[in-house]
Amino acid sequence: MDRIALSRRRLLRGALLMGCSAAAHPLMTTLTLAAGQAGLGENRLIVIILRGAMDGLDVLRPVGDPVFASLRPQIMSTPGLPLDGFFELHPGLSGLAPLWDAGELGFAHATSTPYRDKRSHFDGQDMLEAGTGMDVPLASVRDGWLNRMLQSVPGLSAETAYAIGRDAISTLDGTAPVRNWAPDQHLLLSAQGRLLLDHIYHDDAMFRETAEEAFALTEFEISGTPAAAKGTPAPGPAQKLADIDQLVDFAASRLIGQTRIAAFSMTGWDTHRVQARDILRPLSRLERSIVRMKEALGAGVWGRTTLLALTEFGRTVRENGSQGTDHGTAGAMLMAGGAIRGGRVLGRWPGLAEADLYDRRDLLPTSDVRSYAAHALRGLYGLDTALLEKTIFPGLQMGPDPGVLL
Amino acid sequence: MTDPTAAFRFGHGLPLPRGAASTPQAMLAALFGPDQAASTYPAPGMAEVLPAFQLVRETNAALQDAPDDRAAKKANRRARRASSLLALAGAKAALARAVSSRDGLRERLASFWGDHFTTVGRAPVLKPFPTALMEDAIRPNLTGSFADLLSAVVLHPAMLTYLDQASSIGPGSRRGTRRQQGLNENLARELLELHTLGVGAPYGQDDVRQMAELLTGLTFVPDRGFAFDPARAEPGPETVLGVTYDGKGVEPIRRALTDLSRRPETARHIARKLAVHFVSDMPEDSLVAAMEARWLDTDGDLLAVTEALLTHPAAWVPTAEKARQPFDFLAASLRALDFSGTRIMAGAPDVFTRLALTPMQTMGQPFQSAQGPDGWPEETRVWITPQRLAARISWAMEVPGKLVTPLPDPVAFATYALGSRASERLIWAAARAESRREGVGLVLSSPEFNRR
Repeated sequence: MDRIALSRRRLLRGALLMGCSAAAHPLMTTLTLAAGQAGLGENRLIVIILRGAMDGLDVLRPVGDPVFASLRPQIMSTPGLPLDGFFELHPGLSGLAPLWDAGELGFAHATSTPYRDKRSHFDGQDMLEAGTGMDVPLASVRDGWLNRMLQSVPGLSAETAYAIGRDAISTLDGTAPVRNWAPDQHLLLSAQGRLLLDHIYHDDAMFRETAEEAFALTEFEISGTPAAAKGTPAPGPAQKLADIDQLVDFAASRLIGQTRIAAFSMTGWDTHRVQARDILRPLSRLERSIVRMKEALGAGVWGRTTLLALTEFGRTVRENGSQGTDHGTAGAMLMAGGAIRGGRVLGRWPGLAEADLYDRRDLLPTSDVRSYAAHALRGLYGLDTALLEKTIFPGLQMGPDPGVLL
Repeated sequence: MTDPTAAFRFGHGLPLPRGAASTPQAMLAALFGPDQAASTYPAPGMAEVLPAFQLVRETNAALQDAPDDRAAKKANRRARRASSLLALAGAKAALARAVSSRDGLRERLASFWGDHFTTVGRAPVLKPFPTALMEDAIRPNLTGSFADLLSAVVLHPAMLTYLDQASSIGPGSRRGTRRQQGLNENLARELLELHTLGVGAPYGQDDVRQMAELLTGLTFVPDRGFAFDPARAEPGPETVLGVTYDGKGVEPIRRALTDLSRRPETARHIARKLAVHFVSDMPEDSLVAAMEARWLDTDGDLLAVTEALLTHPAAWVPTAEKARQPFDFLAASLRALDFSGTRIMAGAPDVFTRLALTPMQTMGQPFQSAQGPDGWPEETRVWITPQRLAARISWAMEVPGKLVTPLPDPVAFATYALGSRASERLIWAAARAESRREGVGLVLSSPEFNRR
């Protein structure tokens, strides 16, 4: 194996994408495709990539484990919200408690991607978004698992899936056309300027197609945004969450329309220092995005929505010398939406005694986080197991259905 | 018309300033000479940044003692303002140098290493630190050995704070045993994964851990800046990649960094990264091999490695497949508009922010604020997305008219900015724009201007 190439996956992928984009990106036709996403039906999937390695042991605290309290004397200063007698929810997510009570919020714990040992954010995120295992060199992976899912369903338009925000979402990278937009972007040009721009982009497929998409997005009327989402005053420090609101409202407006898949990322989880303080901001943003999404989608669409929040790996079970935690292995996945069977924490708890840990330092993974995503995809879109285990998540063994969905 | 490959690939575009080098030998000679751009457009190193940092801390403390004291409030506000102006001065100098320097290769190499050794000032008071790293550690070491560059960076407050080394304490050190504080692996891990060997190299968690223990003692003390604190240093020898390092102070750390800088994995990792950055996302193997071989022959002499890059035929094939990153796009636009470095330096803070810093952010590259220590991505596809391209087009259409009066004739401007790269389509379109403003905007929005 070309070892250096391992870290060059993104570069390879970029170059390959450039080479094949003309063939794989028939934008003018996809724009005019008929509405009905026959292949995916009415169910919606939202994927949030939590970059930086969310500490699952802090977000969903295993207070019922006898060892837990002693591992983290400094960083667990504020009490959590009791959920099921064993786990408590971080108080920074207390706004989600009503969803838990309604069965619209759930978790899987002690779960991880197949990524092991190097504990690199970047490789960990690459593997999470590629949906592959340790047996596949990352350099050979050219697309993300959500894009492979789209590739496997005939007749979809680019509008089916959106990568939202200014960060790249490689979960959606690949040959299936998807849309990508940051909702705060504008593009003003005279009619003549627009025609001349088309002229100078004519021979460069990447610029031509990208500009077409940009104009299409700025010219699209954002239809169907519910009044509730437009006018609701945000509780708390509203201005700090304004970007989240804008992002979520845009996502919701698309999902109410023809879009079925939306993905975006949230950062700030790499809490090496003073975690009790630094995790509050990413938590409040995550909480806001979910609460706002439910409100903006309205009961009908929310009832058909599954939201998965995934992170590249968990963090060390013991706090470090800086009142933070370092890169670990297993962690937690968050699920929300009206389509899920929530109010539960899925997964087998491995225990926190030293002999039960991975590498004597990390929470031991007792499940592959891809299996939850795979069961969700099967339940939402009727994809068959062979496709999920061979193509979308190569090498995955889905195992028995954990019952993610209602 | 001369081939603009040198200006696009190894500089910040056309027109080349008077006296600028354009052949490999002249470019290398200029690079080996004095750093004229840094003297013309100075930026603050740690010697200026540290007192400003200390003043913010002192006035913060004073304000905490007397929260309602108006004088204390004013002093604190002033100190914070001075600190943020230093960060702004760094951004201005970087752009001014890129726009006006005759030694474009130096500016591009400095950016490359600034990205290779990404640091981000995450708190407002830390915002000037990445510029200080550039001035103190990177620019003085562009043509020496990689070991010197690496040591200068790893021992710099910007890196020690960004990757949490300043809060890592040897568990068996005096301080570690007394206060039950411990190790933080962040810098050790990125040092191996990003700065030297590369993630595919054969090292393991043990090497990371041992490297982290070896690095203990390196810290940043607000009163003094960089310091080696023996009370934090893990006692005893550490073994990294099979080599054992023993001794007191910084010396064994420097030895380990030197050894890392000469490893074949490091040579390969960085040779390839340079080729990918400057030439192609899929560089020719022979180009990477030539640079790698020079690295190994010279123990990582960066001038020699740069020479291997510039003298390889593959470096001069004008494929223009890469995207100019947003900083380069702005610098090249301003250069083509004859907007001088001096005017950039004189710009009011809010104007500079509105016309340069905020646009860079919307184009996907907030200045000195990469998402993680792996820095900015290289792939064209990442930079040319609908919203990022829309941000470039918006800047091209709206900003030049605010900076330059009158705007140039668009057809002449196309050739001025692009030389022989201006396509017939672009010249045809530039001639038919409704206004100079849109004509100039079209040139700056064109594929040939945004590729390099």
